Amino acid sequence: MSRIVVVGYGMVGHRFAQALRQRDSEGRHEVTVLAEERRAAYDRVRLSSWFEAVPLDLAPPADVTVRLGEPVHEIDRSARRVVTDSGDYGYDRLVLATGSYPFVPPVPGRDLAGCFVYRTIDDLEALAAFAATCRIGVVIGGGLLGLEAAGALRRLGLTTHVVEFAPRLMPLQVDEAGGAMLRRHISELGVNVHTGRCAARMVGRDRVRRVVFEDSGVIETDLVVFAAGVRPRDDLARSADLAVGSRGGIVVDETCRTSDEHIYAIGECAEVGGRVYGLVAPGYAMAEVVADRLAGGDSTFVMGDTSTKLKLLGVDVASFGQTTGPLDVTFTDPATRVYAKLVLSDDAQTLLGGVLVGDAGAYPRLRACLGGPLPAPPLELLAAGGAGGALGDAVLICSCNAVDKQTIVTAIRERGCHDVAAVKACTRAGTTCGSCVPLLKSLLADAGVAMSRALCEHFGHGRRELFDIVRVTGIRTFSQLVAEHGRGRGCDICKPVVASILASNGNGYILDGEQATLQDTNDHFLANIQRDGTYSVVPRIPGGEITPDKLIVIGEVARDFGLYTKITGGQRIDLFGARVEQLPRIWRRLVDAGFESGHAYGKALRTVKSCVGSTWCRYGVQDSVGLAIALELRYRGLRSPHKVKAAVSGCARECAEARGKDFGVIATEQGWNLYVGGNGGFRPRHADLLANDLSTEDLVRTVDRFLMFYVRTADRLQRTAAWIEEMEGGLDYLRSVIIDDCLGIAGELDAAMARHVETYVDEWRATVDDPDRLTRFVSFVNAPDVPDPTITFEVERGQPVPARSGRQPVLLGMPR
Amino acid sequence: MTSPAWTAVCPYDVLLPERGVAALIDGAQVAVFRTHDGRLYAVDNLDPFSGAPVLSRGIVGSRGDAPTVSSPLHRQVYDLRTGRCLDDPTLALRTHPVRCRGGQVEVRANRISEATTPSRSAG
Repeated sequence: MSRIVVVGYGMVGHRFAQALRQRDSEGRHEVTVLAEERRAAYDRVRLSSWFEAVPLDLAPPADVTVRLGEPVHEIDRSARRVVTDSGDYGYDRLVLATGSYPFVPPVPGRDLAGCFVYRTIDDLEALAAFAATCRIGVVIGGGLLGLEAAGALRRLGLTTHVVEFAPRLMPLQVDEAGGAMLRRHISELGVNVHTGRCAARMVGRDRVRRVVFEDSGVIETDLVVFAAGVRPRDDLARSADLAVGSRGGIVVDETCRTSDEHIYAIGECAEVGGRVYGLVAPGYAMAEVVADRLAGGDSTFVMGDTSTKLKLLGVDVASFGQTTGPLDVTFTDPATRVYAKLVLSDDAQTLLGGVLVGDAGAYPRLRACLGGPLPAPPLELLAAGGAGGALGDAVLICSCNAVDKQTIVTAIRERGCHDVAAVKACTRAGTTCGSCVPLLKSLLADAGVAMSRALCEHFGHGRRELFDIVRVTGIRTFSQLVAEHGRGRGCDICKPVVASILASNGNGYILDGEQATLQDTNDHFLANIQRDGTYSVVPRIPGGEITPDKLIVIGEVARDFGLYTKITGGQRIDLFGARVEQLPRIWRRLVDAGFESGHAYGKALRTVKSCVGSTWCRYGVQDSVGLAIALELRYRGLRSPHKVKAAVSGCARECAEARGKDFGVIATEQGWNLYVGGNGGFRPRHADLLANDLSTEDLVRTVDRFLMFYVRTADRLQRTAAWIEEMEGGLDYLRSVIIDDCLGIAGELDAAMARHVETYVDEWRATVDDPDRLTRFVSFVNAPDVPDPTITFEVERGQPVPARSGRQPVLLGMPR
Repeated sequence: MTSPAWTAVCPYDVLLPERGVAALIDGAQVAVFRTHDGRLYAVDNLDPFSGAPVLSRGIVGSRGDAPTVSSPLHRQVYDLRTGRCLDDPTLALRTHPVRCRGGQVEVRANRISEATTPSRSAG
């Protein structure tokens, strides 16, 4: 067993731990990570999203010991151990991933209250708290970080100034013309830009009150954010006498090894080839190199990709490769405020770099072509989306995770990755900054099989197109649809999809006429088939609230019909082992007692789970049960591309686990926060914040639109998480559609939901009240009173379970 | 051995196009289907993959020219004409002669050659 100690738990330290674990299936390494911050690793690239309550946590790597809030004070190289407040950690290999610290220019007054930096979540928390009483803020630094910080101040409602020493904004990334275009965008947003000026001192008695420039100009202010770049944190290495570069940074070779063969350095603290990289992509590449080396590999760090693409204050900015060169092709459109430049070799054949401001749609493809021949004429490449031209196999599609085209194409062709989510999971491409997702889509499209939206051999359309066809043409039968828009007689893929679409378009009772033949057996018998051919029954218990009398009815029904009884995760009760001919009698009793279908069998809203909320709970701030019941009753019976689960929590403690749901509501003092796109299951995912502090009315309207938009546009069996993940523009786009109504369809979505709510009827009541509809509930058409003789039960823990020979009881080592 | 007799299972009109029924014939379960073109098919009701009596509840459709039913449990698709599983060559259903006489659907259930039917346990 080899002991690996990692110092630093930022993105790069985290990636290293993860990468090593992945390569170490035999468990040859014992990995300990010592973290300075008290929080687990988070996505610093998206630091500013913290203001929108976006969760930034990175998934903790398995089988790694992480010690939070335990900074290393000393490296004892001779004894091969590091020292923290809590003790010593011996190592066989030490990996330094200490990152950077914010550079604060040595100006007088920089330590006054009201002066901040912009690097960690703690910094942002302190800044946000202080800013609550401020009106004006000044950001020192007009680069990437400075503009991020300016966006934050603006969001906090402050009059915002940006001060940049260089003559243009983002001097490291964009050229002069690009900087000028950027300035126009940003000034238009109301941010005051001061370029070519140098802050000389911060002035104020107990806290900062004004910024004084070298040219004697003054800005009155309430707070200052220093965002003038970062410096490598090499102090630990220096005191351990490791070699350090002249401008800082722990010197490493191409294998990321320091001057001590037992110590590696990766990420922003390392200097490789005379250079320190302040971006995450090279950091990840170094993490992978060291993980590979420790696992016996021989990879080396070669990449120096410093391409960046960002949305700063809502403005797209991208730069890659050289920003000036032998031959420039530029494009400026003052009307749309778009500026683009391609830097080409002398012979205009090779792409050396470029700058995009205002519209970075062409970025992923251009970046992938960097250093190679131009795949199309420059103007064509700069057209929106960067269409045209084939990419070579070796081009790097995802620079954050160093994934080339070949790897992605192999994943698509040979490993069965047929959508963006699968490619992401398989190759990691697109999982960091996401800028290459459009390229992944086009590679999937190029692969043919993949992005074919065809449902099956009977329809060349996807679910979304079929939905539109049904909505627009008014076709209301499968036979007509398949005759006019498909071929053959359908299958178990397209028939349930069409059944669901017809149901969503207000076709009433789902089992009348031809519609009955489209349904899966679950929908056909309004119950859930189990492994022995019996069905389970789930009455709706909205919000999980139930009276003792109704609880007793469920118990009596289960007892009288000999059903196995289990509490579900959705706060209701599942009754198992019913034969088809028993279902009508079971439901007659349930319906008479006031129960209705729980739609556990359908691709439909399942439950809206709730905690007990402010009615009983001493912490609750809103009536979560009341809201959950109202939502569940509103959306019950809504047929959708996949099941929909929801929850409402009455306070931030989140006992209802709302963030694991397709839509989750969490009470705040001011109203409700709405989260969307969560799920448990095979690929668990937390829901993202869509809107905060909504009134109940606004909340319901937003959920109405969210669900209807999902019902209309998602693929077959696509949960909301994958739907949002695959949506071009993601959550921002979703928000613009359902909150800002950028497509002008919000009224239509509202009306569709209103229609659903008005026309809802309980399927089970409609069934048990109609003798004709009951005729299908027999095991045998020629012997309607005979129960299926192959269905037999045995007793386990006092309940009936399917009889199976050779079943082994679970013993857990308890004595028999 | 005499061939088994025809058994009436239900009126033809009771069969919905593209939806099956199960019939119990001398203790054996047969799934009977009427396809969209009016033809009748009869196959075992027992799903050889899971051992559960469920095939009559599968979705009826087509694959290429073949009329099909898919198991409602694990979705294997069977050719109604031959009983052959189109997704897994090791699986097959027995087919049974079926006809319509005087408005009644009649089945002659094969109970011989059970040993030739491959089956798997879900166990």
